[in-house]
Amino acid sequence: MPSQFRPALVLLVALTALTGLAYPLAMTGLAGAIFPARAAGSLIERDGRIVGSRLIGQAFTGAGYFHGRPSATTAPDPADAGRTVPSPYNAANSAGSNLGPTSASLAERVKADLAALGAETPGRPIPVDLVTTSGSGLDPDISPDAALFQVPRVARARNLPEDRLRALVAGQVEGRTLGLLGEPRVNVLALNLALDDLAGR
Amino acid sequence: MTLNGWMQIALYGALVLALVKPLGLYMTRVFNGERTLLSPLLAPVERGLYRASGIDSAQEQTWLGYAGAMIVFNLLGFVLLYALLRLQAVLPLNPADQAAVAPDLAFNTATSFVTNTNWQSYGGETTLSYLSQMLGLTHQNFVSAASGIAVAVALIRGFSRASSRTLGSFWVDLTRATLYVLLPACMVLTLVLVSQGMPQTLRPSVEAITLEGARQTIAVGPVASQVAIKMLGTNGGGFFNANAAHPFENPTALSNLLQMVAIFAIGAALTNVFGRMVGDERQGWAILAAMGVLFVAGVAVTYWAEANAHGVLAQLGLTGGNMEGKEVRFGIAASALFAVITTAASCGAVNAMHDSFTALGGLVPLLNMQLGEVIVGGVGAGLYGMLVFVVVAIFVAGLMVGRTPEYLGKKIEAREVKMAMLGILCLPLMMLGFTALATVLPAGLAGPANAGPHGFSEILYAYSSAAANNGSAFGGLTANTPFYNATLAVAMLVGRFFVKIPVLAIAGSLARKPTLPASAGTFPTHGGLFVGLLVGVVLIIGGLTFFPSLALGPLVEHFAGAAGQTFAAGG
Repeated sequence: MPSQFRPALVLLVALTALTGLAYPLAMTGLAGAIFPARAAGSLIERDGRIVGSRLIGQAFTGAGYFHGRPSATTAPDPADAGRTVPSPYNAANSAGSNLGPTSASLAERVKADLAALGAETPGRPIPVDLVTTSGSGLDPDISPDAALFQVPRVARARNLPEDRLRALVAGQVEGRTLGLLGEPRVNVLALNLALDDLAGR
Repeated sequence: MTLNGWMQIALYGALVLALVKPLGLYMTRVFNGERTLLSPLLAPVERGLYRASGIDSAQEQTWLGYAGAMIVFNLLGFVLLYALLRLQAVLPLNPADQAAVAPDLAFNTATSFVTNTNWQSYGGETTLSYLSQMLGLTHQNFVSAASGIAVAVALIRGFSRASSRTLGSFWVDLTRATLYVLLPACMVLTLVLVSQGMPQTLRPSVEAITLEGARQTIAVGPVASQVAIKMLGTNGGGFFNANAAHPFENPTALSNLLQMVAIFAIGAALTNVFGRMVGDERQGWAILAAMGVLFVAGVAVTYWAEANAHGVLAQLGLTGGNMEGKEVRFGIAASALFAVITTAASCGAVNAMHDSFTALGGLVPLLNMQLGEVIVGGVGAGLYGMLVFVVVAIFVAGLMVGRTPEYLGKKIEAREVKMAMLGILCLPLMMLGFTALATVLPAGLAGPANAGPHGFSEILYAYSSAAANNGSAFGGLTANTPFYNATLAVAMLVGRFFVKIPVLAIAGSLARKPTLPASAGTFPTHGGLFVGLLVGVVLIIGGLTFFPSLALGPLVEHFAGAAGQTFAAGG
C-alpha cells in the first residue's frame, strides 16, 4: 500500500485543481460571457435598483398585490441566536415545512389559511397551492387559478375593474414548456410589476 | 393522475433509453483504452497526469491492489475535505464570511461526499464558503462518482476475463472516468442549465428592495457547475439547503427534465457497457429490463399517491393533489417522478420535500433505498449492486434445478455467494440497527420534527439514506447533532466500503476462473424468465428484511391518516 501513496496524493491534488478550480472557474467565465443576466441570478431592476430576482419568490403582504404561496423559511432569532423565527421568503436560507401528512401543526396552519382566504374572498373554491408551502419556501410561481382567486381582493384595493385584472393575469400565464413539461403557472413578481404598470403605481 | 403527467413520464423514459446505446459504446471504448472522439484533446492531459504521479498505465492490479488503491485515494480525499471545511474561515472565496464548520459536522460532511452520499447535515448557503463548495464538494462529486464507476468496470472485467489475476488499474479507470466521461458531460450540462436561469457567479449575495419596500437577501454563487456533476455523478448534495426544489438550483420544467435524465444517464448506460464487455449486449438489456420493471412500478405508486390528497389535506376537503413541499412549476407528476428517480439511483437530490409526501408516496423512495439502490442506481454502484443480486438469483436458480450455478460461463461458487451476501446484509444491519438504537436513546428521539409514525419514518429514512449512500432526507429530522452526525457517518462508510470491497473480491475470484462454454443445460440469462427471477429475488430479500419497519412507519401512518387521525409534536 505505501507504493500507492504517491499516485494517490498526486492524482488527488491534480484532479482537485482540475475539477475543483479550473472547471468551475472556466464555467463561471463562459457562463458570464454567454448568459450574463442569467448567470448573475436573473435580477430585475426598476428605476435603477434591484427589486428582486425573477426566479425567487417574495413575501407580498399588501392587499393591493398578488401574494405568493405560504413559505416555511426561517431566520435566526435576533433575540436568541440559537433559535429561529419564521421569515417567509428568506432567500438566504431556503427550506420547506417538512410537515408530514398526519401532522397536527399542518392541519392547524392549513385551517387558519383556509379561513383567512375564505373571509377575504367568500364563496370560491380555494386552490391547493395557496394553502401549502413550497419545497424551497421561495416558489416564484402560483397556479393560474390561485392568481384568479386573488383578483377580487386586488381589484378592491386598487380600485380597478376585475375584468382588467383577469386579462392581466391571463397575459402573464406561462404554459407548459413545449406544451408538455411542468404545469401552467404565473410568476408573482412579474405579475405585480405588470400590475404596477397598469395602475400607474 | 393526468394524461399529461403520464406523457411527461413516458418522454423521460424514452430519453434515457435513447442514451443507453451511444453512451454505452462511448464508455466501453474509454474503459478499454481505445481511441475516442475526445482523445486528441484529452490524451495528452491523461499522459501528463500519469507521468506526474508516477503511474504506469499498462500496469494492472489484482483485486487487493485495486481495493487498496481505492481506499488510500478515498482516505486522502477525506482528509483534504475535512481540512478544507475546518479552515474555510481563513481561506479565500468566502464573501459571506462563513465560520469554520464544526468538527462533527465537518466529519459528517467529508464522509458524506467521499462516499458519494451527499447527506446534507450542512445547510449550503448558510454554512459553506464558495471555496468549500468548489474545491471541496464539486471535486469530491467528481472523484467519488469516478471511483464508483471504476469499481463497476473492475467487476465487469471479472466476468469478461478468463484465468486472469488482474482487474485493470484503479488509477487509470479513475482518471478516464473523470476526464473522458464526467468532465465533458458536465461542461455541456452546466451551460445548458445556466441558459435556463441557474446562477454561475462568484459575486456575493444580492441585496434587493422589494416592491413593498422590504429587504431581501438573495444567495447566489457558482451553482450550475456543481449541479451538473451533482446530477451526472448521482451525488445529490445541494448548493442550497432546499436542493433542486430551490428555483436557482432548478429554474424551469426543462432544467428539471434534464437533471432527471442526467441522474440516470450514466448508470443506465453502464448496463450496456457490461453487455458489450462480456460480449453479449442482451445481457446488459436484461439487467436494465429488471431495473425498468421495478422503476415503473415505483413511479406508478408514488404518482398515484401524490395525485390524491391524503391525511390532513384530504380531511380539509382540498383537491388538486398533495402540493405541500412541492413547487408549482413542476407540479405533481414531475415531483413524484423525480422522487422515485433520485432514490432509485443513489442521487438524493430532491425537487420536492419527501418529508411532506403522503405516507404511501414516501414509502416508495424509502423502499427504493432499502433495496440497495439497484434500480439503475448510483453511477457504478447501481450496476455492481444489481450484479450482486444477480449472483444470488443465479445461486437460487441453481438450487432449484440442482446444478452448479453459472453466469456468463463463470461458475458461481461458495466464495462468490458468501461475498454477495456480505454486501447485501451490511445494508439492513446499518439501516435497521441504527434506527432501533435511535428510537431508544434520548439523543435519537430528540431528532424527529413530526410526531407519531411519521417521526419513526424520519429516523428510518435517515439511516436508509445514509447506508444506501443516497443523501436525500425526510428533512424534518434535526440531524446536525453529534449523535446523528456520528452514527450517520458510520452508516455511510459501512454502506459504501462494505459493499465495494466484497464486490472487488467477487471480481477477483471470477477473473481467475476459466470461462466455460455454454451447454444445453445452461440457464439463459438474457430472457424474460431471468428478468422475472432477478426482480423476484430483489423484492423477496428487500421485502422480508424491511416489511416490518415499513409497517411501523408509512403503513401505520397511511391507515391513521385515512381514519382522520393527526399527531401533535411535543404532545
